[in-house]
Amino acid sequence: MPLILHPHEIGENDRPTVGGKAFALARLVRAGFQVPGFLSIASGAYREFVSQAGLGERIMLELHRKEFKQMRWEEIWDCATRIRNLFLRAAMPVGLAQELRQAVSVQFGERPVAVRSSAPDEDDAQSSFAGLHESHLNLRGAEAIIDHTRKVWASLWSDAALLYRQELKLDVAQSAMAVVVQEMAPGERSGIAFSQNPSEPSQAVVEAVHGLNQGLVDGAVEPDRWVVDRDFGRIMGHTPARRERWAVAGTAGIELAALPDERAQRPPLASDEVQAVYELAKRAEAHFGRPQDVEWTIVDGRLLLLQSRPVTTRPQAEAGDQRAWYLSLHRSFDNLKALRRRIEHEQIPAMIQAAEALAGVELPALSDPELIAEIRRRWEINDRWVKVYWSDFIPFAHGIRLFGQVYNDALRPADPYEFIDLLTRTDMASLARNRLLEQLADQVRCNPDMAACLKRGDCGEQVPAFQRSLEAFIGRFGDLSCTVTGGTQCAGATRPLERLLLELAAHPGRSAGGESGQGALEKRVQQFAAAFPEQKRAEALEILELARASYRLRDDDNIHLGRIEAQLTAALQEGRRRLESGSVKEPSTRSELNDFLESVKLDSPAERSPARSNAQAASTVAPRQLVGQPAGPGVARGSARVVRRHADLDGFCHGEVLVCDAVDPNMTFVVPLAAAVVERRGGMLIHGAIIAREYGLPCVTGIPDATELIRTGDPLTVDGYLGIVTVSRGGSINAYSA
Amino acid sequence: MERGDLIHRQKVEATLRGLLSGQRLAVVATHTAGQPYANLVAFAESPDLMSLFFATARSTRKYENLAADRRVALLIDSRRNREGDFHEAAAATVIGVATETKVVEKEGALGVFLAKHPYLEEFVRAPTCALFRVCVKKYILVRNFQDVMEWRVEAESG
Repeated sequence: MPLILHPHEIGENDRPTVGGKAFALARLVRAGFQVPGFLSIASGAYREFVSQAGLGERIMLELHRKEFKQMRWEEIWDCATRIRNLFLRAAMPVGLAQELRQAVSVQFGERPVAVRSSAPDEDDAQSSFAGLHESHLNLRGAEAIIDHTRKVWASLWSDAALLYRQELKLDVAQSAMAVVVQEMAPGERSGIAFSQNPSEPSQAVVEAVHGLNQGLVDGAVEPDRWVVDRDFGRIMGHTPARRERWAVAGTAGIELAALPDERAQRPPLASDEVQAVYELAKRAEAHFGRPQDVEWTIVDGRLLLLQSRPVTTRPQAEAGDQRAWYLSLHRSFDNLKALRRRIEHEQIPAMIQAAEALAGVELPALSDPELIAEIRRRWEINDRWVKVYWSDFIPFAHGIRLFGQVYNDALRPADPYEFIDLLTRTDMASLARNRLLEQLADQVRCNPDMAACLKRGDCGEQVPAFQRSLEAFIGRFGDLSCTVTGGTQCAGATRPLERLLLELAAHPGRSAGGESGQGALEKRVQQFAAAFPEQKRAEALEILELARASYRLRDDDNIHLGRIEAQLTAALQEGRRRLESGSVKEPSTRSELNDFLESVKLDSPAERSPARSNAQAASTVAPRQLVGQPAGPGVARGSARVVRRHADLDGFCHGEVLVCDAVDPNMTFVVPLAAAVVERRGGMLIHGAIIAREYGLPCVTGIPDATELIRTGDPLTVDGYLGIVTVSRGGSINAYSA
Repeated sequence: MERGDLIHRQKVEATLRGLLSGQRLAVVATHTAGQPYANLVAFAESPDLMSLFFATARSTRKYENLAADRRVALLIDSRRNREGDFHEAAAATVIGVATETKVVEKEGALGVFLAKHPYLEEFVRAPTCALFRVCVKKYILVRNFQDVMEWRVEAESG
């Protein structure tokens, strides 16, 4: 079977080898439709590449790192990123490269082409999940085509494809990817058409934009839309778009540009052209024997068919199926830039202002009804910001991923997470808090009187200046007794800040980042920029800048949200205090306060997780070595401190390994004391991994049941290179004797 | 035992049961004056996984080694000598003490052993063949390339 096929060489039985897209295009060519010229790179080429490069088992190892159903979306993204990097770095077999180079050079020369996925198992299910694999547009020359073919192959294992692996029947051992290389039609106007509207069978739909249809398909350019009566071919309605931008071919790839005024004034299609597009879709339907979803473009007045596939509707997501939401987190650069402006200029300042205004209310001075009204108000304010957190802050984190892909595509590093090094040493609020803590601890370190007064709790009388510094810290970051972001757990009156300062002061200071690496960092940034042609450099640096903002905000948003939640907690605690003291006499007020307190399940002060010491819980099954993801390089040993709730942080000792379910930046004040970080939640970009990198600590994430399997006091070795945590509970094997 | 612990214990036991029942051969390690020595043996497991049985002729070096020190380690794994082993194969290291079965318990042990290896009946019933029972102290189960769990059988039976 040849690895490269021309349209006339694709036969009736070749669908499994050339994929659904190439197969349909070949049928259209044979039927006389005007289709831009193309070649099919059959799935055998993918198999040869994977086999020669020894990628098969490496993909398997990535996918079997842990049970797939236990992987969070972020871990699936990480997994896809590592697999993509394997494809980017693997050597192309010489014979295959020669064959590809020869074929595409002869067919296309230096004319621009699109390199598109054409999954062999593509059937109705595949069609209904269109867009899960990659396509690359406007490429010139054999090298660029071969290079992007790798990326299309890798997209067989994209995060989107992995999420829908069951629907796609994605089989690790059997699946392969074919590719279509198709001449780019320099469309002046483009669009799509449904020969039958999926939601109204008597109608057809035509959508059109000025320029290339990439903007429409990506959702970046709003199309004009026409509804056509299928029986008579009459236009039944036209919904004009706000015509502001268009997609045009850049030097490499597609660019979005402002639409010139004279084009913005008129719809992309005249009425007779709408009907011509509808006729084209109808002919495709007649040819394939079922309603079609076609992509078309107009070049020099000629209507060309770009592709045709059956009209399908994506199955309705079941309740609790969040995959579509995960995929919606993939944001374009433009979308992220707009998001950043809104977050930095509007939302964060508004959050700070809201928290400050709430902090100014004297809660003890309020009457009982006023306190209830205040709790309700704080509840609503908090709720509003939690919604913003999910709608804007979480999607903005995609800026880090976007940069990661741009970096890996350009530099192809051995470590697919090397890009994170360019994002660290940002000015995160959690680091500013920890620096302030370190400054306070340093004062204690140099002044034994301060340590003594901290222990006694009478610094106010003994060293009033130091007490003022403490109060300034508490005013800004709280007394570290409460966690936040959806939680209202508090450590209560155990004076965690004082205890933390004493522990910090008892050991040499440790700081994040450091100035010495600044020069090296700048050199890395220069290397990154140099990997791009000159005209692309500014955009590359802009993406880096966006990613830094995204990285910073990923930590900061929790701190800001935390301050608002702390104010809600404070009002609730005031309510509880009044209930417990019996001062609330009015039964309806008491009942309302009780309702509030019950609905948030405010922890009892200083309530820690039940102890699970080795002596108490003698399970006969114990972990010896747990595998997660390497999320921060380095190796460290230390005693485990399992943190299941905020109160468990109290009394964290220097040299312990922080083992947690999901740490948030409001909990990371103990990290300067920690020897390493281990987290149940997986992903390279979770808070535990971010802060561990800032302090240069070994970090392993994504260990299922980490807080159940590991117990406080277990001796741990954390290998941040391999992503392994070794538990040395009990003795070694040699301790057993006959 | 806490509920979470019980679930982990059941998972580990189920995986071990599947692994042991699916394999016929184990590597058994003994030693001579500190020099490790390894052999391939046919093995069978008791239904409660607390004992393993293997047979050896009395003239062998491993028999001699066991006479001097009854401590053994066994390795049982599901590798198929393919690339996929790295993500698919599981392995159990068994730590225990081997004792030659005597008349009273031998028939029961033979029943377990021959149910798995009926073709070894002549060998195992020969007067020069010894059937060993390994009292398992601990299983160390490796999955997913490097995921390691320990099950201390001794603590449960004791």
